[in-house]
Amino acid sequence: MSAATGHLPRVADERDDRPAGPRPPGFVATVATVLRKELLLELRTLESVPGMALFAVTVFVVFHFALNRNGVNGDEAAGILWVTLLLAALLGINRLFVADAEDGGFDGYLLAPVSRGALLFAKALALLLYLVVLELVAVPAFALLLLEPSLGPALPDLPLILLLGDVGVALVGTLVAALAVQTRARDLLGPLLALPLLVPVVIGGARASAPLLVLAHASGPQPRWPIALGLYDLLFGLIAYAVFDFLLED
Amino acid sequence: MTPSASRADRGGADQIPGQARKTALHAQGRHDRPAPNPYVRGLRPLSLATALAMTLALGMVFFYAPLEAEQGFLQKIFYVHVPLAIVALCGFVLGGLLAIVYLRTRDPRWDMRSYVAIHISLIFAVGTLITGSIWAKGSWGHWWVWSEPTLVSFLIIFLLYATYQPLRFAIEDPERQARYAAVFAITAGAFVPMNYVAVNLSTAYVHPRVFSSTSNLPGSMALTLLVSVVAMALLFTTLCKYELTAKHTRFQLRALRRRLLEEPA
Repeated sequence: MSAATGHLPRVADERDDRPAGPRPPGFVATVATVLRKELLLELRTLESVPGMALFAVTVFVVFHFALNRNGVNGDEAAGILWVTLLLAALLGINRLFVADAEDGGFDGYLLAPVSRGALLFAKALALLLYLVVLELVAVPAFALLLLEPSLGPALPDLPLILLLGDVGVALVGTLVAALAVQTRARDLLGPLLALPLLVPVVIGGARASAPLLVLAHASGPQPRWPIALGLYDLLFGLIAYAVFDFLLED
Repeated sequence: MTPSASRADRGGADQIPGQARKTALHAQGRHDRPAPNPYVRGLRPLSLATALAMTLALGMVFFYAPLEAEQGFLQKIFYVHVPLAIVALCGFVLGGLLAIVYLRTRDPRWDMRSYVAIHISLIFAVGTLITGSIWAKGSWGHWWVWSEPTLVSFLIIFLLYATYQPLRFAIEDPERQARYAAVFAITAGAFVPMNYVAVNLSTAYVHPRVFSSTSNLPGSMALTLLVSVVAMALLFTTLCKYELTAKHTRFQLRALRRRLLEEPA
């Protein structure tokens, strides 16, 4: 946080002898400023992340009663983990732009002479951080409540796969949140748009983590699933960057 | 279907106030006759060609293509299911491309074309799901099989595109509506091939596929399939043109009615 403060956009540089007024801040400075604002807002209001984590733990409890099982492993475990994380992520996605749309954050941002793509980047980074914090709570809770094999053997691979999935969820989530926030039925449209777009993430993530969560830990994930996740992240990163400017025009 | 369709019509009409006004002005200059509808041109020959091609395709399906050894008569649904799937996929991607043109030109007509392409493709996707389901029931005994990647990816794509109209008509400002719909169309259009690859990856090696590609089809079957695809593509074009014509006529009617109300009788 203190490192980000150093990147605050400089308002005026007196030694700059160009006739124009203050120099507009660069891309990185803008991203750092918006990200700092997002995290500060979240730290002060605690609106998203605690709710997401609590929701995930509650869903594990619901799964226990719905399946009538004390422990799960393999495909089932991977499925429950990914579905729960996805549903919890949807809560964060729905809230991502609400404050900006309601309290004039978009107008303020558009008035500033900064890159519009930087907002996408900062929001996606903020959502990524939320998801990482969510998983720091939810995955140990999952291991404690439902998972039969111990989490130890899965450790080096599972966080990497989760992170690859998180990048995809953060990018798609930011794009969908920006699309849905200006509509009348934003709470309904966000999840409706996000879930089909995130099906490939669930396919890749669940298939990659299933062999890590079996009782007799035998093998790591097939390499094609992490590769597919990485390609998905790359493609949606490009798409989101290409179309995002059009969402922020008025 | 009916309420959403009527809502779609209203939204579609609302989004081009400028064009309606232009048409009204145009009509004034030409002695109360509205400007000719540009989408009508070529509609009759196109409709005839579509009817001919569909007749030819169906004739080939029933009288030219041989009976498939294992599935017999049931396999004929292949000549409807696969062309529907191909045309719907291409239509969704086309909707995305037209949306790119809209974002570059900001001409509302391109937005309308993108909307119509996605609308008709959505109907074709429903057809794909229904015919695929019937085929699955006939050959595997279940209405739904998860081992058929085309069917599964179509379900996901259908669920995604089913939110296109709710998204569109939940935005009131016409310009923003067109812009957001274009962003959706581009994202979803790029998602179509990506989703197809992902679902194919997930179902590969589970079940032997009946027809993995057209390469192992005998010549007469491949020719029938090709003619069916062309006929289906013509049907798609004709339906799009009809919807565009209807929408344009509705704008003209609205403009005329507005003029009638403005002028004291």
